[in-house]
Amino acid sequence: MARAKTARKTAQKSKAKTKARTKTKTSSPSRMKDDAFLQAYRDMLLIRRFEERAGQMYGMGLIGGFCHLYIGQEAVVVGLQSALQEGDQVITGYRDHGHMLACGATPNEVMAELTGRQDGCSRGKGGSMHMFAIDKGFYGGHGIVGAQVPLGTGLAFANRYRKQKNVCLAYFGDGAANQGQVYESFNMAELWDLPVIYVIENNRYAMGTSLKRASAQTDLSKRGLSFDIPGEQVDGMDIEAVREAGLRTVAWCREGKGPYILEMMTYRYRGHSMSDPAKYRERGEVDEVRQTRDPIDHAGRLLIERKLADEARLKEIDKEVRAVVADAAAFAQDNPEPDAAELYTDIYL
Amino acid sequence: MPVDILMPALSPTMQEGSLRRWLVKEGDTVASGDVIAEVETDKATMEVEVVDEGRIGRIVVPEGENVPVRSVIAVLLQDGEEMSAAASANGTDDSPVPKQKQEAEDRKESQSPPPSPPKLEIPNEGMESSWTKSTPVVSMSVREALRDAMAEEMRRDDRVFLFGEEVGEYQGAYKVSQGLLEEFGENRVFDTPITEHGFTGLAVGAAFAGLRPVVEFMTFNFAMQAMDQIINSAAKMLYMSGGKLSCPIVFRGPNGAAARVTAQHSQDYSAWYAHIPGLKVVAPYTASDAKGLLKAAIRDPNPVVFLENEILYGHSFDVPEVDDWILPIGKARVLRAGADVTIVSYSHALTFVLEACEKLSSEHGIEAEVIDLRSLRPLDMETILESVRKSNRIVVVEQGWGVCGIGAEVSARVCAEAFDYLDAPPMRVSGEDVPMPYAANLEALALPDANRVIEAARAVCYAE
Repeated sequence: MARAKTARKTAQKSKAKTKARTKTKTSSPSRMKDDAFLQAYRDMLLIRRFEERAGQMYGMGLIGGFCHLYIGQEAVVVGLQSALQEGDQVITGYRDHGHMLACGATPNEVMAELTGRQDGCSRGKGGSMHMFAIDKGFYGGHGIVGAQVPLGTGLAFANRYRKQKNVCLAYFGDGAANQGQVYESFNMAELWDLPVIYVIENNRYAMGTSLKRASAQTDLSKRGLSFDIPGEQVDGMDIEAVREAGLRTVAWCREGKGPYILEMMTYRYRGHSMSDPAKYRERGEVDEVRQTRDPIDHAGRLLIERKLADEARLKEIDKEVRAVVADAAAFAQDNPEPDAAELYTDIYL
Repeated sequence: MPVDILMPALSPTMQEGSLRRWLVKEGDTVASGDVIAEVETDKATMEVEVVDEGRIGRIVVPEGENVPVRSVIAVLLQDGEEMSAAASANGTDDSPVPKQKQEAEDRKESQSPPPSPPKLEIPNEGMESSWTKSTPVVSMSVREALRDAMAEEMRRDDRVFLFGEEVGEYQGAYKVSQGLLEEFGENRVFDTPITEHGFTGLAVGAAFAGLRPVVEFMTFNFAMQAMDQIINSAAKMLYMSGGKLSCPIVFRGPNGAAARVTAQHSQDYSAWYAHIPGLKVVAPYTASDAKGLLKAAIRDPNPVVFLENEILYGHSFDVPEVDDWILPIGKARVLRAGADVTIVSYSHALTFVLEACEKLSSEHGIEAEVIDLRSLRPLDMETILESVRKSNRIVVVEQGWGVCGIGAEVSARVCAEAFDYLDAPPMRVSGEDVPMPYAANLEALALPDANRVIEAARAVCYAE
């Protein structure tokens, strides 16, 4: 497929991409359909409440090891997931609980994996960072910063190889954006027109290092420029903006136009992981985002504005979601640890 | 003084090649940079340029096959020298390599054909149940056997594709993938950019999606750039996902010491990969094993590291002419029967192990049993233990470093599992514990050879 590309075709493509870029700047987020919007609100809230509970359970010693919470970034994964269709793939790094829940994995299996129990989604052998739901298109859950980027490019390669019209979303953070293998992937993805969207979840901090302290070019959407990969920044706290960008770029990939970069401008409220005291930023910075840009509050306000729900209905949803999470927490504590024989299974097929 | 023009080497491991075409004739005037001949090996072709100006005084070697590297192929006359000077020139100049030149001359004197790449005689009978005395065989190089294995598997399963640097249009850096692009096209044979970390991760991702990539590393030295993807992504994923996500992939390419390419391009990664649960590791010696095991590796649902050897590529062995020749991963085999000492080895080291065995037999009356491991993970301990229970002595030979090596593992397990059968402590013969040096003499010292195998075998036999 690579060699078939002629200089003329490349020139046409560049032109098409310029158009796409221009279009992006002028387009405004399209409104989500009413029922979809309400569902998205609920999905975001489920991630929020689930992660809060996971944080508490970590504090109680019920969850061990590393545990990276997704609180604050919920609109990114919920918005993009709503742009996908059957057979599309998703892959991410270690901050993966939200991705699991968004793709439809049950809170029970995710929480039981966090507590290391036999009915956890990885049978207690993966933990927080290694969760998978292959039947729902979610390929994990990868612990080494940046490694999921070539892996996701490979999933997209398989779509191309099989002549399937599916798209892969490869998520990574602003920290991983500085890994060399990301650029190796960009090169091959553009060279072979692979249907992959690189979703950079820019939550402003790579562990404790702020973007500007680690990156020469802080506009990460431009990181594909030298490969001729179009990119754009998206308000990652606005579910409708995320979904709109997702729909548009997924369509771009499905048409065989090659990769795309979406830089999701988002924020994580908690530390990098549970063991992070977050001394590298002012408390006020977190509070300000919470008060002015919170993705769930924003969606809630729009629901009320558009008369899709009232305060009482939102409270009711919260109550329902809390019950689901409480059940998951109970399940994850009652579920037995894996059988000792599990130690030696799943090493080879 | 007439200048000798020598047969050039196209690669560090080339021993001989064919002089395909002379583009000049005796008496022609040439200038520096002129192409005077074409040289070919099974891997590549090269034009021979003269480095001096002058006249072709004599063409010593006519067009033909099997011309040894560094033999004199022509004599160049310089300004004012008569044609007659060329007739007596060969062997009279001040060549800096008198020994090699002498050898070349000796060959010429005796008119005997120069040695062709070794065709190794390996006992076939009883090697595999499917290979009997009546099985037809064809002599084939390891290189061809690997190519045939890939081609057969690609015909059989359209999920199989070849991925790596120079595997397509260039036909493989070591010409292993010769003809594959032609047969399967560019949707099955992918030339990747030089980007090991990235393309390995990409191939692993494709395997996650259910394809069956065969990743060729130009050499395993470069796979170190991709180590994280091989170990953290490919080897561990099945376990970490509780059995949900498998990775059917083959990582293959030349491994181990090559010739004169020094520390960064000449090392053996056998022990590195054999250390990792979740990987299977194969290191064949013969062409029949290379073919049968590569086919098995491609069909295996697990990640398989397939360690080839550059020097062995050109070696020829008998390969059974049967449909679908495939061998089980994880089975060693006895290459030579003997009752006095067990010598365990694998891959290229077996060339000098077998040489040592002949000398042990003829000069020292020691009959060694040689076990070719073929697979390093899983390790076929049963075949080793069976032999040790008979010989009561073991020497493990590897070209890589001994520290934490394959020999260390085999020795420890023999001690643990057959201690009462041992009449001597296990001995290891391995590469010296140094980075590979460049100088020819130091390089030879860094690598094990037949003499060291003989010494070790005699030591465990307490031979006088």
